[in-house]
Amino acid sequence: MFSRCRPAASVLALCVLLLAACEREERAYRGEPVGEVKPGAIVQGTLYAGEPSPPPPQRREYEGNAYHISEGKRLFEWFNCSGCHAHGGGDIGPPLMDDTWIYGGELENIAATIVEGRPNGMPSFRSKIPDQQVWQLAAYVRSMQRAVRKDVAPGRDDHMSASPGEQSQPVQEAKPGGGTPPSSQGTGQ
Amino acid sequence: MRGFGDSRRPQGAWPPHPGPLPGGEREGPLTLTLSPGGRGTWVAALPLPLLTACSGPQSMLDPAGTQAGHIGTMWWILFATCAAVYGIVMLWLLWALARRHRWVEPRGVLPVEEGRDRGLTFWLSVWVGGTVVILCGLVTASYAVDKSLTHLANREELAVEVEGMQWWWRIRYPDDDPSRSIATANEIHLPAGAPVRLKLKAQDVIHSLWIPNLHGKMDLIPGRENELFLVAEREGTYRGQCAEFCGLQHAHMALTVVVESPEDFNAWKEAQLAPAPEPASDEQKRGKAVFLSSACSMCHGIRGTTASASVAPDLTHLASRPTIAAGTLPYNRGNLAAWIADPQRIKPGNHMPLVGVPPPDLQALVAYLDSLK
Repeated sequence: MFSRCRPAASVLALCVLLLAACEREERAYRGEPVGEVKPGAIVQGTLYAGEPSPPPPQRREYEGNAYHISEGKRLFEWFNCSGCHAHGGGDIGPPLMDDTWIYGGELENIAATIVEGRPNGMPSFRSKIPDQQVWQLAAYVRSMQRAVRKDVAPGRDDHMSASPGEQSQPVQEAKPGGGTPPSSQGTGQ
Repeated sequence: MRGFGDSRRPQGAWPPHPGPLPGGEREGPLTLTLSPGGRGTWVAALPLPLLTACSGPQSMLDPAGTQAGHIGTMWWILFATCAAVYGIVMLWLLWALARRHRWVEPRGVLPVEEGRDRGLTFWLSVWVGGTVVILCGLVTASYAVDKSLTHLANREELAVEVEGMQWWWRIRYPDDDPSRSIATANEIHLPAGAPVRLKLKAQDVIHSLWIPNLHGKMDLIPGRENELFLVAEREGTYRGQCAEFCGLQHAHMALTVVVESPEDFNAWKEAQLAPAPEPASDEQKRGKAVFLSSACSMCHGIRGTTASASVAPDLTHLASRPTIAAGTLPYNRGNLAAWIADPQRIKPGNHMPLVGVPPPDLQALVAYLDSLK
């Protein structure tokens, strides 16, 4: 009896494994709070009293989710980020595809830059962009410099593009020192 | 239908038993009988509501325009032909079942009857010939209808741009003078009797515009412009719907089409051209400030204010539209407040985020938006 069912049971068990892929596409529409970290509450320095705090939950929630990154990509055009940063290559605003970050290159640094604005041209979007969308934008900017997993990065561009989509490019290793700004060195990872 | 689950319900239970059903109260397995008033009659009556689909604001069987009239005629020709053929085939099948069978030995060998077989051969040949004639006739009729639809497209008095978005319709009335072009959403006004060219575009995915009372379907494809010519003749309000699956909220992507007299149309157009009215009360003034200082103004535009974004519906005359959220809810203050408070509950996955406007601000915001007639 059991021997006859075994192939079917194995196939079923294998199908259950497929569920593991669901997290990649899991869609949170309302932006339930995933932790206490607000886009503004980040560590700017490299020194800690005691142990460094663990990375904020947004990193896993947004950087590891294809839906959020794709929404960020849409918002990047909608909110005219391309107006200054072009499609990440930089124009009157700094490029976002390289590994040089003036104000930190981790997710929460980028989110803080969007919310607070920065000198010399980056406007503050405080109260203009809901928190969830800030995180989505920041996650997309992280995918531009190829710092997110390959399977969650956007597959193609809607605009004319000189390079293949983010998904087709290799994941970049974080470079210690040099490229990685001091503000992001001590915040985990 | 109510007799289906009720027959074994214990007496005295809540909700109270509706009383014996006429002709249907019987123990044992459920049976369908065609006695008057019995369950069978109920079941037989079930398809009757389908007849209501033959008229109304979203029905191709109730044409309100020239093109839809031609398409409707073609539909009835096809329907009548197919119904007649179906009826003949069924009659023939019944005859075949009822005719006298004679078994001969050995079994399985068909008996040969010269006279009868000759008759059958004759009638089958007639049937095959008839099929060819009917199919050719239908192709000719379909071609003629197609040709007439193209012929009607020779002149145009009004051009309307319809752009499919996930999940709403952007409507523009372009004008040579840019200050006289109109932007609205989910609502097309057309003057009765005027030939209109709808320019169909899309930005994200493929959509399809279907206003059954006025014309057939036409796809809206990113990167190309399709066209639909139509003449709306009968005044009235009709409903259009996206007819190509375009994502999670495809079913909630409808639009209202108002066909009105040329005078009414011009009046509507002039009203739409006006900038948004200034807020009259203190509450409305506060609402305007909330709109301009919060996330609303990142996506929505209101002409006459500093909100000039255009990725979401233009709200300059929001309160003059019959619905919100692309035909999902009728427009009224309560629905508008519910929509702003949590758009993801009403249309999960749509691109309007949960902004989180505090309740006092929400009241002021809704008061302001409600003043945008």
